[in-house]
Amino acid sequence: MDDAMIARIRANPSYIELKRKRGAFSWILTVIMLVIYYTYIYFVAFEPGVLAEPIASGDVTSIAIPIGIFVILSAIVLTGIYVWRANGEFDRLTRRIAEEVQ
Amino acid sequence: MRRLIVNGLAAGIVALSASGAFAAVAGQPGSDGPNWAAIAMFVGFVLVTLGITYWASQRTKSRAQFYTAGGDITGLQNGLAIAGDFMSAASFLGIAAMVYSSGYDGLIYSIGFLVGWPIIMFLMAERLRNLGRYNFADVVSYRLARGPTRAMSAAGTLVVVALYLIAQMVGAGQLIKLLFGLDYAYAVIIVGILMILYVTFGGMLATTWVQIIKATLLLLGASYIALMVLIHFGFNTEALFAKAVEVSPKHLAVMRPGPLVADPISAISLGMALMFGTAGLPHILMRFFTVADAKEARKSVIYATSFIGYFYLLTFIIGFGAIVLVSTDPQYLDAKGALRGGGNMAAVLLAHAVGGNIAMGFISAVAFATILAVVSGLTLSGATAVSHDLYANVFRHGRVDEKQEVLVSRVATIALGILAIVLGIAFEKENVAYMVGLAFAVAASANFPPLFLSMYWKGLTARGAVAGGVLGLVTAVVLTVLSPGIWVTIIGNKTAIFPYSSPAIFSMPLAFLVTWLVSITDKSAEGKAAAAAFDAQLIRSETGIGASKATAH
Repeated sequence: MDDAMIARIRANPSYIELKRKRGAFSWILTVIMLVIYYTYIYFVAFEPGVLAEPIASGDVTSIAIPIGIFVILSAIVLTGIYVWRANGEFDRLTRRIAEEVQ
Repeated sequence: MRRLIVNGLAAGIVALSASGAFAAVAGQPGSDGPNWAAIAMFVGFVLVTLGITYWASQRTKSRAQFYTAGGDITGLQNGLAIAGDFMSAASFLGIAAMVYSSGYDGLIYSIGFLVGWPIIMFLMAERLRNLGRYNFADVVSYRLARGPTRAMSAAGTLVVVALYLIAQMVGAGQLIKLLFGLDYAYAVIIVGILMILYVTFGGMLATTWVQIIKATLLLLGASYIALMVLIHFGFNTEALFAKAVEVSPKHLAVMRPGPLVADPISAISLGMALMFGTAGLPHILMRFFTVADAKEARKSVIYATSFIGYFYLLTFIIGFGAIVLVSTDPQYLDAKGALRGGGNMAAVLLAHAVGGNIAMGFISAVAFATILAVVSGLTLSGATAVSHDLYANVFRHGRVDEKQEVLVSRVATIALGILAIVLGIAFEKENVAYMVGLAFAVAASANFPPLFLSMYWKGLTARGAVAGGVLGLVTAVVLTVLSPGIWVTIIGNKTAIFPYSSPAIFSMPLAFLVTWLVSITDKSAEGKAAAAAFDAQLIRSETGIGASKATAH
């Protein structure tokens, strides 16, 4: 890739749009995942008693179980959301960039 | 010639099993004879996979075919294969065993193993695919001086592969000894030889299909056991947990975080090692180059994440099922009330409890197949580090004949296979429980920082990457040796010099810090050239323009 091509791509509106949208999207999702996981780890490490509460009085099932399952499902759902948008919107933008700068 | 080898070996295994080399089965309850169902299913698996290896060998000629199956693997296939790499015997039997003995703590580990995947997806997957051709070192050395960064990445790869291989080989030997009654050394040698055959002849194509078949069988087997447990309790999980709390000696403690993550620093450190280690495992990263483009790479990750997440939920149910159905049944316990064959047998014995000899045989065969598939993937990535990084790029400076490189890779596969057998036998009596954890810590501290910064930070120089990577590797290993797991348990000292169970919370930030510090003080011409090449690299990583299509040609 020569310097002229680099300059052309960097000035391309579709490229600027892709970079802005995808950059924000992937960092937001990353932060959401890190917050969910490290909040969970925080409670495991510092407040395990909170997680030991039963989900309803008289039950043995602790809230740690649905919370753990929630962390697992959130990882799958967040990944799915990213793939859905990237394989649609972002790939369309990427194709447009390739066509426009050739 | 190949057909001859394949058929010969298959016949050998059949003969071995028929001649009674599979002696009494220690782990099988209620009978002293071998578990023929397990042996028959395992021999079936071996025959099918050797057939696939023969088919793959006809399609594995070029370098791209050997390393990455020519980029022809689909997203779904690759997702299953990644899930297969991840669902090792250690995670299936080990996490079920952890739930069996400690209850909830097993889920904390599962979650840690899983949450690395979204991060890989959001920040790395498509950039990796757009920049690399065969392995992650391609990406690290994309704009940095090739020799030193390749050598460093190869060192990181080989250390992770060696640690992981030893853990798998020792696990394989012990498991097979228990399940099939086969002598430990024979078991390790069979695993080693089969793995050498798969990888040497079939390359990535055979390795991927072995992994796909095994992942499918493992998901089916685990689904079956978990379903039977749920049916037993009429799909009422409260009833399952209530019974577990009643019969477990720990009672209500099985429902909450417990001793495995007793101190906060260890908990966070372990969380970091699991999360970022995944993003630095060479055999996993290599799988991103077996698909055609970024789109398929993304599909791989969502399939893999879904399968792995589902699998961990099953493992949790299986662990609790074992507390209720195995720990209360004397036929599964020894005189002291411990599991026959050791803690790792929880899932296998539960299979017997819910489905008799056939189900137990199936799970045993799948566990063996799991080890076989995982060691194949590990060996292939280790061989690639030797042939593609060390031989082709460090010693031959990139001037190398493709045929020669593939030959070196095949020789390296055989050498690594023999090494794995030797190490597997040497470590038979050792406690290898810390090795997978250490492999993740090294991956997070030595491989992940340079890889991540090479894609995101313009200022990264080769000196910085090498200094940070090497220091991360050394720190992770040294701190692990000084930690309670080795310093007290294995060496026998009274107190550990490093009090935490995982080094990642120190070694990973240190690697980042040193990489940054050395890079900003590096005023060499090489460093300037690396910065100048960043824009082109960034655009290619973002758009795929100019990316290798990973075709077979």
